[in-house]
This record gives sequence, structure tokens and C-alpha cells, in this order.
Amino acid sequence: MQLPPALCARLAAGPGAAEPLPVERDPAAGAAPFRFVARPVRFPREHEFFEDGDVQRHLYLQDVLMQVADAPEKPRVPAFACQVAGCCQVFDVLDDYEHHYHTLHGNVCSFCKRAFPSGHLLDAHILEWHDSLFQILSERQDMYQCLVEGCTEKFKTSRDRKDHMVRMHLYPADFRFDKPKKSRSPASAEAPGDSGERSEGEAMEICSEPVAASPAPAGERRIYSHRSVSELFLKPVLNVYSVLRILGCTWAVFLILNSER
Amino acid sequence: MWSRRQGRLRPTVCGVEELRRRRREREAALRKARREQQLVSKRLLRDDTPEEAGEGCVAAILGETEVQQFLRQAQRGTEEKEREGALVSLRRGLQHPETQQTFIRLEGSMRTLVGLLTSNQALLQLEAARCLHELSHSEQSTVAEACLPATSYLLTYLSGHSSDFIELCLYTLGNLIVESEAVRRQLLPQGIVPALAACIQSPHVAVLEALGYALSQLLQAEEAPEKIIPSSILASTLPQHMLQMLQPGPKLNPGVAVEFAWCLHYIICSQVSNPLLIGHGALSTLGLLLLDLAGAVQRTEDAGLELLACPVLRCLSNLLTEAAVETVGGQMQLRDERVVAALFILLQFFFQKQPSLLPEGLWLLNNLTAISPSFCTSLLSLDLIEPLLQLLPVSNVVSVMVLTVLCNVAEKGPAYCQRLWPGPLLPALLHTLAFSDTEVVGQSLELLHLLFLYQPEAVQVFLQQSGLQALERHQEEAQLQDRVYALQQTALQG
Repeated sequence: MQLPPALCARLAAGPGAAEPLPVERDPAAGAAPFRFVARPVRFPREHEFFEDGDVQRHLYLQDVLMQVADAPEKPRVPAFACQVAGCCQVFDVLDDYEHHYHTLHGNVCSFCKRAFPSGHLLDAHILEWHDSLFQILSERQDMYQCLVEGCTEKFKTSRDRKDHMVRMHLYPADFRFDKPKKSRSPASAEAPGDSGERSEGEAMEICSEPVAASPAPAGERRIYSHRSVSELFLKPVLNVYSVLRILGCTWAVFLILNSER
Repeated sequence: MWSRRQGRLRPTVCGVEELRRRRREREAALRKARREQQLVSKRLLRDDTPEEAGEGCVAAILGETEVQQFLRQAQRGTEEKEREGALVSLRRGLQHPETQQTFIRLEGSMRTLVGLLTSNQALLQLEAARCLHELSHSEQSTVAEACLPATSYLLTYLSGHSSDFIELCLYTLGNLIVESEAVRRQLLPQGIVPALAACIQSPHVAVLEALGYALSQLLQAEEAPEKIIPSSILASTLPQHMLQMLQPGPKLNPGVAVEFAWCLHYIICSQVSNPLLIGHGALSTLGLLLLDLAGAVQRTEDAGLELLACPVLRCLSNLLTEAAVETVGGQMQLRDERVVAALFILLQFFFQKQPSLLPEGLWLLNNLTAISPSFCTSLLSLDLIEPLLQLLPVSNVVSVMVLTVLCNVAEKGPAYCQRLWPGPLLPALLHTLAFSDTEVVGQSLELLHLLFLYQPEAVQVFLQQSGLQALERHQEEAQLQDRVYALQQTALQG
């Protein structure tokens, strides 16, 4: 199939539409027995017209198996240890270290050292387990947010929230990232020692190393909890609530307590 | 993605002939599956490390005791290396359907695997995910459905940060999605669409490609047009992001673009809400992408460009049938003449590399020329009639479409037919009249009729070149006789 040489030049040149030649139809054009009508055609998804293209698409999908080969070996580096305090894991493959870091140190609660798979779940945990303001507010309004991405429902108790997630979102009743809180007292921050129970298969909690996380000295217990400042600056996404909390929690609590008089 | 795929090709134990034979077999199986509307394909990420390959490419089938033993070791072993090794052995065994069946029938096995998946040991977690991935590749829906307890966790991990792990979860989800409606019925309320919409912000190309794959599997589902596309997809930010992935430029990644182009095709051909997509600029984005593809073809970057061209052509063609396209002052939103130039460059590419895609390209040409005098004029002014005629011998389907496009041009009146004659058109028509295929001949008759009507001088030449004899051949054919007769009359009176 030979294309005119000027075509490539046309493609390279700027956009533009051809000035159309005048259209002048004769009614005899469509007169019987002739039946041609110029019209755009559409094909629905299952139409046989698509067979060839679909088959090629699927050959491509399946081709990964046909092309599996000696995987490029992951580059090895001189063995090094994870730099996070208390973690002594050693690595010689960078990808493994990346995964280890994100899994165990990426979203860690600064109070109880529990690790979470995402910032979203960490935020929810901090709010519900370590934030006294949250406890106070939850007595007056629905504060327990559904954990499913995209669902904006809120609930009075974590139990109600779990029921919702099981019923509406078909989540397992023993979803490991929605453990009920053990401590009843809303005013005290959780002592790190509480997370000592570490049965196998439990949600990611402490760093895997046997070195126990040192318990926070009594003086560090606060009524208003917040993440450590450095974590805040390192986290790319600032949760609006956390900012407001830090800036405004003092006077907000004051207002709420005052309104109750 | 492209270079990664090519880099993984290796001289296999089986020869090239064997590979070709296997490919032909797979192609036949796929065609059959499609005709039965059962087209299901999955992706398998399987890294055979040199050590594993050295021990013999075929892993052994595991019995019940062995599966139990490996699971126990993984769960309760003391040394981390030992636990990881147990899972690796399990994973290799799971390459076999028999082992997969054994595994799912074993009580508590999935629960243990899910426990390892959510454990505090990162490398165990990864190996557990790989086991799950092997299971997801099964062709039996019972195995896929046995993986249901893991889906909420797979979705949760999509909002994590470890890109390799997310990629694995996405491919696993994609495989599970396509296997059974029961899985989809669970994943949708579990929030798979918002999870994917959040994940699409990832900067990692491998993650995006995996996401596109998973999404394409979701959109390909039979119930997608009614149950998935209207409520979930179109209500999310996914369409805009998809179009962003398709914008030409330095950031365009072919592997990612292929997946999202197919996603877009499944949405558009479901005809749920195409005006919405047009509103998001789909036509102009896809048009620019087409130009980009034609440019790539010219640079002979022969890295499977037809895999991207096919869905782009389909999307454009189907979108052009929407009434919304003609809103702006009665003119088409897509007006750039370069689209026609790009399309012909692609047609030439298909002609050389993949003739089975010629109909799809010609389909777009039909939709462009049917309603737009401007594009018909471009066809004439860019001298594209002759190249078009060169496609006639390819196949009957292609012939009919070429003739249809020419009819689109001719029916616009004398100004157009004047440019069609004299030239190669009449000889080509005399040639197609000799075809036996009724549809080809019928379309030739339609074109002749238009030519005679708007360019009467052509009649004489037609007669001189034994046109009447060519017509006579078909005067007994039921579907053709009326038109043959009418043309004979016109010719004799002219």
C-alpha cells in the first residue's frame, strides 16, 4: 500500500480542517432500488466484528506466561541493617528492604507502635485509640467512620461500624485492622506495653524484632495526643483533622466543655 | 513495560516451531471462547529465579500432607528463612491445578494463608501474596471463590506504599475478578472502585499498568454495563484519570496506555453514558493519541503498537456515533484533518503487519466520512483514493468497507464525484464487479449508481470497457438484479 509522500508532511504540520467542497445531493441518489445511506456505524461489545482484535488482546494478556524467563536478578547490595530504632533486620536486596520498611515502619502509631498498611487506617486508629477529644465528641455525635475507601458513613460506636462493614461491605467479622479498643478510659493514652500480646496472625503490631519497644515514661502521657512533629512533616499528606487538632484542640475542648455548663 | 516484556524473552527449551504451534492453538481456543462469549484471560506474574529454574522447570504436585506441613512450617516455624522457604515450596506446588484443589479442600488452609498475608513479617506477607496469586490464576471458579476471604485485605493493601506488593495485589484481584461473578458481587460492595480510584494516583508505572489490567477485567464483565459502569465507574474520578493516562507526550507509557485504552473501550461500547466522556474531552485526547501512534509507526517503533491502536480506533469510532458529537454549530468536535493522515499511516501499518485489523481502521474512516464533508474533502485533497483502492484485494470484508467509504464521498454530490473521475476508480469498480461475493458486488453497484448520477461522462467509458458484460454476470442474483437492471438502463440510455 503506497501512501503519497506529502502525507507524512501533513501529519507533521499543524492542525487544520479542509474547507469542504460544496455538498449537493440529488434525490435520485437514494431512489429505489438503490439503498445506500451514508451513516456512522456503532458496534456493541459482543459483536463478532471485534473478534480479531479481542483475540489479539487476550493473546497479549496470556503472553506473560510464554515470556517468563530468568527474571533479571534483583541487585544485591552489601548487607545492611534497617535503621529504624529497635529493628535489627538485615537485608541484601533493596526491594525486600523497601517492602519491609513500608510494611513495618511506614505507618506506625507513635504511641503504641502498631503498624498499619495505610495512612488512612493509621489515622483512624490514632483518632479512635489515642485521642481524648475524639472520645468526648463521640459521646455527642457519630464519629466512627466506616473504614472502606469511599464510604462516608459514620457511627456511634465501633461495634455499629463493624456491623455496617460486615453487612453493607461484606467485610469479614474478624477484619484484622478493626480491632475493638481494649482500654475503657478515654483520658489516658495507651501504654505501649498493652500491645504486648502478639499472637501469630494478629494484625501487624510491633516491629518484628524481639527487642521490646521501650514503654513511654509517665511524663509523656498526654491528654491530647498527636503524632510526633517529625512524622507530621515527613508525611506527604496532612490530614486536615490532625492539623486542626493540634492547632485548635485546646480551645475547641474548652468551648465544648463550656457549652455543657 | 514493552522493554521489560521483550527483555524476558529467552530461547526456550522448545523450538520456534513449537512456539508457533502453541500460539496457533491458543488463538483457536480464544476464538472459540469468544464465540461462546466466554473469553477469559488472566495474567500471571511468575518470576522463575535462576535457582528454581535450575532444579527443573516443573515443580512437583503436592499432596495433602505436604501442603499441611508447609503451612504449619510457615505459620509456626522458628527461623524466618525456614518459614519463607516453606511458603516458597507451597507456592511452587500451587502452580499445579491438583495442588490448588488439594489446598482449597483442606480445612483452615485459606485462613492460615490470610493470617500470613496480614502478618508482621514483610517477606512472609509477600510470599503469602504470591501463593494467593497462583491460586487466582486457576481456571476453576471454585478456586477463585476460595480466595474470597482474602479480598478485603487485598483491597486494603492497595492504599499502602510498597509498589511491588500493590502490583501483585492488583494482578491477583484482576484474575479473581474475571473468574467468577460471585467474586465481583463481593468486591463491589467492598469498595473496589473507590480503592482503584485512589490507587490511580500512584506514580509507579508498574502499579498503573496492573491497575489498568484489573480495571479492564472488571469492565469486561458481562454485567458491567448494567451493574458496574453506571453506578460505580462513571460516578468516580476514574474516567478523567483514564483519559489523563492516554494523553500523548513524554509521560505516556505504552503498557499503561494499552490497559486504559481497553478500559475505555469497554465503557464506550457499553453505551452507558458516552456524552459524559465526550464532555471530559475524550474525542480530542483520543484524536491526539492517534496522531501520536501514527508518528510512532513512522519511527518504526515496532513494539506491539497495534495493541494500543486497536482500542483507540474502536473508542473513536463508537464515540463518533453519539449525537453529542455534532452539537457545536452542527460541526463535528473532531475536525483535525491530520486524523485522516494518521489513520492512513496506521492502515498501511496494518496492511504490512496485522491485516486482520484493517476492518477496524476502515470502520473509523467510515464514521469520519459518513457525516463530514470536510473529511471527505481531505480524502480527496490528500490523494488518498488510490491508496484506499489498493486495499480492495485484501478480503471481502475490507472490500465492502472500502467501497462504503467511497460511497460516503460520492454521495455528497457532483463536486466530489468530479474528483473521483477520471482515475483509478472506474477500473477498480469493473474489477470488483467480477467478485463473486454478493455484498461486494452490491456495494459496487451502489457506487456506480452514484458515479453515473453525478458524473455522467463516466457512463461512456464504462460501456467502452465492457461494463455491461460485467453487469450481466449478476442479473440472476436475487439480491442484485433490481440494481443491475437499473444500471443497465442508465448505461444504455446514457
